[in-house]
Amino acid sequence: MNLVEYKKKKIICTNCPLGCKINLIYTDADEVEIIEAQGNTCKRGLEFAKQEITDPVRVVVTSVKVEDGEIPMTSVRSDKPVPLRLMEEIMDVIREIKVNAPVVKGDIIVENILNTGANIISTRTVNSRDSKSKEQKKLKENYDG
Amino acid sequence: MRYETDVTVIGAGGAGMAAALSAHRNGADVILIEREEESGGVLNQCIHNGFGLHYYRKDLTGPEFKETLEEELATTNVKVLEGTFVLDVSKDKKITFVNSKGIHEVKTKALVMTTGARERHFNSLGIPGDRVSGIFTAGVAQKYINLQNLKPANSALIVGSGDIGLIMARRLHLEGIEVKGVVEILPYPGGLERNVQQCLRDYNIPLYLSHSVTRVEGKNRLDKVYVSQIDEAGRIVPNSERVFNVDALITSVGLIPSVKPVEFVRTGPGFITTNTNQTTADWIFAAGNCTVIFDLVDYVAREGEKAGKYAALYAKNEYVPEERITIKKGKNINIIHPSYIDPNESTKLYVRVSKVFQRAEITVEPLGIEIIEEEARPSEMIEIHIKSFKEKRIKEIEVSAHELG
Amino acid sequence: MIAVIGGGIVGGLIAREINKYIEDVYLFEAKNSIGTGITKGNSGIIHGGYDDPPGSLRAQLCYIGNQLYDEISRELSIEVRRIGSHVIALDESELAKINELEEKAAKNNVKEYRILERNDLFDMEPNLNADALMSFYCPIAGVTEPWKVAMQSVKSVELNGGKVLKNKKLVEVKRKDNKFELSFEDGSVYTADLVINAAGLYADEVARLFGDEVPAIFPVKGEYFLLGKDVKYVNSVIFPMPSELTKGCLVIPTVDGGYLAGPTAHEVKSKQDFSTTRDGLAEVKEKSLRLVPSLDFSRNVVKTFAGLRPESREKDFYIDIGKSSVIHVSGIRSPGLTAAPAIARYVVEYLIQEKLHINLEKRKDYISHVEKIPHFVDTDYGYWVRAIEQDPEAGEIVCFCNEVTKREIREAIRNGARTIDEVKFATRISFGECQGSFCVSKILKMICEETGLEPKDVLQNEKGSWIIDSEVRTI
Repeated sequence: MNLVEYKKKKIICTNCPLGCKINLIYTDADEVEIIEAQGNTCKRGLEFAKQEITDPVRVVVTSVKVEDGEIPMTSVRSDKPVPLRLMEEIMDVIREIKVNAPVVKGDIIVENILNTGANIISTRTVNSRDSKSKEQKKLKENYDG
Repeated sequence: MRYETDVTVIGAGGAGMAAALSAHRNGADVILIEREEESGGVLNQCIHNGFGLHYYRKDLTGPEFKETLEEELATTNVKVLEGTFVLDVSKDKKITFVNSKGIHEVKTKALVMTTGARERHFNSLGIPGDRVSGIFTAGVAQKYINLQNLKPANSALIVGSGDIGLIMARRLHLEGIEVKGVVEILPYPGGLERNVQQCLRDYNIPLYLSHSVTRVEGKNRLDKVYVSQIDEAGRIVPNSERVFNVDALITSVGLIPSVKPVEFVRTGPGFITTNTNQTTADWIFAAGNCTVIFDLVDYVAREGEKAGKYAALYAKNEYVPEERITIKKGKNINIIHPSYIDPNESTKLYVRVSKVFQRAEITVEPLGIEIIEEEARPSEMIEIHIKSFKEKRIKEIEVSAHELG
Repeated sequence: MIAVIGGGIVGGLIAREINKYIEDVYLFEAKNSIGTGITKGNSGIIHGGYDDPPGSLRAQLCYIGNQLYDEISRELSIEVRRIGSHVIALDESELAKINELEEKAAKNNVKEYRILERNDLFDMEPNLNADALMSFYCPIAGVTEPWKVAMQSVKSVELNGGKVLKNKKLVEVKRKDNKFELSFEDGSVYTADLVINAAGLYADEVARLFGDEVPAIFPVKGEYFLLGKDVKYVNSVIFPMPSELTKGCLVIPTVDGGYLAGPTAHEVKSKQDFSTTRDGLAEVKEKSLRLVPSLDFSRNVVKTFAGLRPESREKDFYIDIGKSSVIHVSGIRSPGLTAAPAIARYVVEYLIQEKLHINLEKRKDYISHVEKIPHFVDTDYGYWVRAIEQDPEAGEIVCFCNEVTKREIREAIRNGARTIDEVKFATRISFGECQGSFCVSKILKMICEETGLEPKDVLQNEKGSWIIDSEVRTI
């Protein structure tokens, strides 16, 4: 009978800025099993830890080129975490994408990127070049009156 | 043109937008002034996530956090003046500002300063070397890359491991700029642990702790950065020099609170305030990074919200503090905010310890508050909640930290 | 055509002086911008003229130059602040040297000075080293922005029909039919009747192209700290007791409210070595703290920089006619900035007119006044409001530290600024504590808008000083 090998690892939970340091004792003989976890302040930390030793995931955050916008880019993110190992490939896809203004916060820019189940969505509004100046004019009239 | 209002808020970043909203919700007429053409401050360029977990209970990026505030503001009658620069704040409560419409004056009952911070610049560090282009603060590099579609480098070294430095290491790497390392003069990283993990370790970017840039070289554009190890006394360790061939140096070496143009209240270097965000001039309130540098926009927005509320109450003569108790830095405390407490109101106390602890006990005396903090570090702000109290004999409160064996 | 080689303060003012008589003046600058050599990295002091060696050309021209700055300031719209200077005696041995200064001042015919006893001195300068015993106070000394002198002179030349050409490095000179054929590195060739060599650090090398030998120039590096405006240190220029070699390491209030500490004075090998050094900066700290102990080098530093001065073994200006119709203006070390307007007159009125017997008549169409870009925040609000009514950009502040408007920046670019530093020296953007963090990206965009340049082609200053490599997303 084989002895099960117990492994130790310290994981920084990146779920939130608290960045809990979780000390794990786990096995990964057949599948990953956490024997003991210390340091997480919430349940999500435990799930994160398990994910982190099997296949770490991260939220993608970057920018996408915008044509005819008030600024030349919109910022984007994945609407859920994607495998870290796919990060470079995902960037290669995003790098080739161009959208037209206007863009609204929440617009889907790439659906189900690389079959991860995550969409790439815009995280800001980019007005088209003309509408911005109109809007500003309105604002200034507003305070004059 | 002359205006009158209850509350004027200067600076429409996270703190200012939250302050304007809460002043409005507390019944005040509000003018919110922003010097940039667009509100939001640094949130516009901080396109990474991790914002809003405390304030909105959601994981947002900077622009999402800003637009969420902006959407709330749009439902109010708060006057937002963008592209507007405040020239003067006078002791008789007049605020003079300039914009493309002219020079105007607002007579206000209360003022909230939410003017944020600026990045300490490499030029101010007195590091010797050639006069070269290619040295950028992390915020400037971030603005070029995230908002303007401009790539300012092919290969870079990052100096300072503050959060923006770490975030930019990942950002540059993912955009195909070779990041040769992050250099930190202290023996521990300056930013949050989670950013060390997800920005550096995830991409095998080396972190050189206890190292410092000693010289920059190049003919007109940077091409070499010299780095040496630093010992505990801050001296260069002989024969520890490394040379990095890079065309950019990205600096994240600290933020400095901006307090201009208010000149007549106490600062050190940010605005000194009470737990109700009041400065030493009773009609001026301050919140966010212009008081002390916070780790999270969530804290900044929460502080702004509080400042807006008390400013609105002050404008209506509904908030007049009776006494102020001084909070003192005790042993092993580097930064404490606020500096005074109005004991009738509750307090969020923000503390930075002055060294690394395995397990720190932080005490607030004589209130009898003790909290335990695992692996406390100067770079991570500790938050302590203090309830309002009626204990009249307390004249001074002291916060200290010590190692638990 | 009259050619001036070198677009620094000296070359600029000489070209302007000639231009008062002759329209056909060409100013050739080797670098990408005006005033990037000695002009950019000096103390900016208008000296009183009391301590130059009596009988030297320096002594002869310094005091006159000081007096001429009233006119220069008026005509070229340059700020000259006559804030006065103190030479401080810190101990008994230095007290004795105050007498020597008085004797020198008498020999140089400088009467505008007073000896201040300790109490009077501290009334004026409360933050001085408490050991200070006495000062030699010269009320006519002052400060200016040296690069503005060069820039506004050049503007004056352009306004009066002269030509100013940049990136023109002189490589060969041929004498043909009593004229000079000047060949430049970019392949262009110009023919001049008379040439003035005001090539600064390179004046000796340029002289050699004409077959002349002038005293060799040794670059002497001066390192400085620039401190911010938020702390008040001194009201006037503070000198230590001078040594044989230099005026020493000073504390200088700048025109826009900051302070300079420096310079050092160390000979270096290369005329291109503008680097700061660990030892040099440490020396500035140590020496300037002896004068003003409260200087806060840990929190108040805006930047550090180094300049080069053109020293010769003779330690005096060399201004003379070469073998043919070429005038060499060389070795213009301290007090070169102060003396420069007098040097310009010396060259035109004495060397050209008297010694070369060239008769010159003043032009009737000469425009002496050169406008400056108004710095609106310094003007009265009525004026500013009218400017905003005419152009809304006059109300848009772009540089938050020095409160510079979009209008000022646009005007600088329309006046020919193409690099970030050219806009900086014209408007004071990015001079402040943020060092351009908030504004440089906006300036870059404006340069592109106005000129059609791509961001990757906008330089910080010289060739190779690119800021942007390319677009992030090139699709």
